Amino acid sequence: MNALVFRHHVNGKKNDFANWVEGCFDDKNLAKKLRKARSQKAMMDVLRKELHTKQMVKIDDANHLDEIANFIRQDLIKMLLAAGSGHSAGTLGMADVFTALYFNVLNHRPRQPNWEGRDRLFLSNGHITPVRYAAMARAGYFPLSELKTLRQFGTRLQGHPEREKLPGVENTSGPLGSGLAQAAGVAYGARMDGKRFNVYCICGDGEMDEGNHWEAVLWAGKNALPNLTLIIDRNNIQIDGFTEDVMPLEPLREKYEAFRWHVIDVDGHSIQSIIDACNEALSVREQPVAIIAHTIPGKGVDFIENKFEWHGKPPNKEEAKKALHQLRTLAGKIQGEHE
Amino acid sequence: MSVVKAAHLVRNLYGEVKQRPTRDGYGDGLVDAAKKDKRIVALCADLTDSTRNAKFAKEFPDRFIEAGIAEQALVTIGAGLATYGKIPYVSSYAAFCPGRCWEQIRTTASLNNVPLKVMGMHAGISVGPDGATHQALEDIATMRSIPNMIVVAPADYHEAYKAVVESAKIDSPIYIRFGRDKVPIITTEKSPFRIGRAEVYRTGKDVTVVACGPLVYEALMAAKEIEGEIDVEVISNHTIKPLDQKTLLKSVKKTGAVVTAEEHQVNGGLGGAISELLAKNNPAPVEMVAVMDRFGESGPPDVLMEAFGMKKKDVIAAIRKVVKRK
Repeated sequence: MNALVFRHHVNGKKNDFANWVEGCFDDKNLAKKLRKARSQKAMMDVLRKELHTKQMVKIDDANHLDEIANFIRQDLIKMLLAAGSGHSAGTLGMADVFTALYFNVLNHRPRQPNWEGRDRLFLSNGHITPVRYAAMARAGYFPLSELKTLRQFGTRLQGHPEREKLPGVENTSGPLGSGLAQAAGVAYGARMDGKRFNVYCICGDGEMDEGNHWEAVLWAGKNALPNLTLIIDRNNIQIDGFTEDVMPLEPLREKYEAFRWHVIDVDGHSIQSIIDACNEALSVREQPVAIIAHTIPGKGVDFIENKFEWHGKPPNKEEAKKALHQLRTLAGKIQGEHE
Repeated sequence: MSVVKAAHLVRNLYGEVKQRPTRDGYGDGLVDAAKKDKRIVALCADLTDSTRNAKFAKEFPDRFIEAGIAEQALVTIGAGLATYGKIPYVSSYAAFCPGRCWEQIRTTASLNNVPLKVMGMHAGISVGPDGATHQALEDIATMRSIPNMIVVAPADYHEAYKAVVESAKIDSPIYIRFGRDKVPIITTEKSPFRIGRAEVYRTGKDVTVVACGPLVYEALMAAKEIEGEIDVEVISNHTIKPLDQKTLLKSVKKTGAVVTAEEHQVNGGLGGAISELLAKNNPAPVEMVAVMDRFGESGPPDVLMEAFGMKKKDVIAAIRKVVKRK
C-alpha cells in the first residue's frame, strides 16, 4: 500500500483500519491502539506485536472445521506425492483430530510457538507428522509453501519430527512408545509448579505393542495426572496387518480403566465429538484421560481407506490426482473445478 | 618425576588413604546442587538406597520421583521433565540404565537436546557378587557414540561429587558412571576439576598413562613403583567425551607412548577414544588395560579386579610393553 492510499484511509478525520477491526472483529483494544498509531510504520508495528502474542482464535463452526480438515487432507496428498515417501493412511485418518486440536482445543500462539503458557501437544507416533505439519501451517506457524519441502534435504519438516528443527514441535519422535512418558513428565512438572496448561499426547494403536508405553500408562495412572490427555488413534492397522491379528489390543478400554485412567470413546471423524471429549477430559480432575478416537485409516480417499498396505507408502501421480479430485468434490457430492 | 602440586592430591597418596564409593559423591553432590537450583529433580527405578538417592528423597520429597522398575519410562519421563524446564537426574544401575534404554536416551535426550542427566551406578566388575548381569562394562562405548552426549567417569568420591555439581550447570545431556565399591580417595575438595578437562596428576617423560575411574589410583601406584626405571606421566581423564585433546596430545608429544586404563570393555571405551585421537593426530603406540572382551562374574570386588587385570601390576606390565614399542 503506498502512502497516498494509506492517507486516504487514515487521516485526521478517520481511521478505516481501526474501524474495520472494531466493526468486524469486535476488538476494541486493538482498534484503540491502531487509532493511536499515526504512521503506516507505527500501525504495522502494532499489528506485528498483536499477531506475535495473539492466541489462536477457537473456531466453533462445524462446517468451517470440516473445510479445514479437507484442506489439510489435500495438503497431505500433495506433500506425500512431492516427498515420494511417507505414510498415507495414518495421516489422512488423523486430519479431523488435528483440526479439532489446532483450531479449537489447544491454547496456543502460532507466531510465538514457545509461549510458556501454551498447551503442549506431544506426538508419539512420529510417522504421522505430515498431518501435524499441515495443521501447523494452516494455523499460521509457517507458510503453506513450506509444506512441499517435507522430507527434502535441509528441510525443517523432517520425515519424523524433530524438536530442534521446527519450533512448535514438542518432542522428537519416530521410535515408538516413548511419547506418552514424555508428555506425562511434562504434566508432572507442570503440576509441581502449579502451571495451568494442559498436556496432550497423540499415539497410534500399533505402537501400544511397546513396553515403554505401558510403563508410562502405569506411571501416569499412579500419579493421577489431571492435566494429561492421551488421544489414541484407533485405526486398527499397523505395518504387518490389522492390530488384532498382529498383537491384539482389545479390550482396550478396560485395559486403560484397569490402569486407573478415565476413558472416552469417540468418533474420530466427528470434529465436534472430539472437541467435546477434550472438554470432558478437562473436567476429570482425579485421573488422566484416554480418548480412544476410532478412525478410518486413509479417511477421505476411498482407495486408501482401511487398507493397511497404505500404512507406509505415498500416492503416485495418478493416485494423487484421483485422491485430490475426491477431496475437492467431497467424494462426488459437488462438481470439481475442471469438470 | 613427581606429583603435580597444582593437582592438590591427598598428602598421603602412597600410604593409607581413605576410601569411599563414587556413588556417595553422587548422593552428596546431588543434594548440594539441588539446594542451589530448584529446577533439579531426581528420578529412580526402585533402587533409591543403593543409587544413593535416599538423602535427596528425604531432603526434597516433592522433587523425588519414583519411576518403578521401568528404565525406559525412567528416561523418557525424565526427558519430558527436561523439555518442560526441569533438570532431571535419572539413575539406576548402569547395566539397566543406560543399558536397557539406549534408544530412548538417543532420541528423547540427545536428539531432543534436553539437559537429561543419566547417572549409571554399579558400573564395572567391582560390583562384585551380583555377577555379569549387573556389571556394566559397555556403557562408555554405547553412550559416547551418541551425538550431544557428554561422558564422565570420575576416579574418586570428590571427582564424582564435583562432576555432579557441575553437570547441573551444563545445558546438555550427560552420562556419569559411578562404582559400587569403595575406592581410594586420591583428590581433595580443593583439587581442580572441570568437565572436559583432563588433569595431569603426575608428570613424567617416558610414558603417558591415561586412566579413568578406579584405575587412576592403580596408575599412580604403578608410576610410583617403577619411578626409577620408567618415568610415567599419569592423567586422570574423567571426561571421555569430549576429550581434552590439548592436554592429551601435549603429553603424548613429550612421552611418545600411551597406556589407557579403565574398568570397561577394551572395545569402544576410553582406550578406543584415545586411540581414535592418536590415530588422527599423533600415531603413538598404545597398550590398553581393560576388560578383554568378555563378561564379568561373581566374586569379591578385589578378587575380580585382580582376576580381570585391573590392578597396579597390570598397569606396570602394560607400561613395560609399550615402552618397548616406542
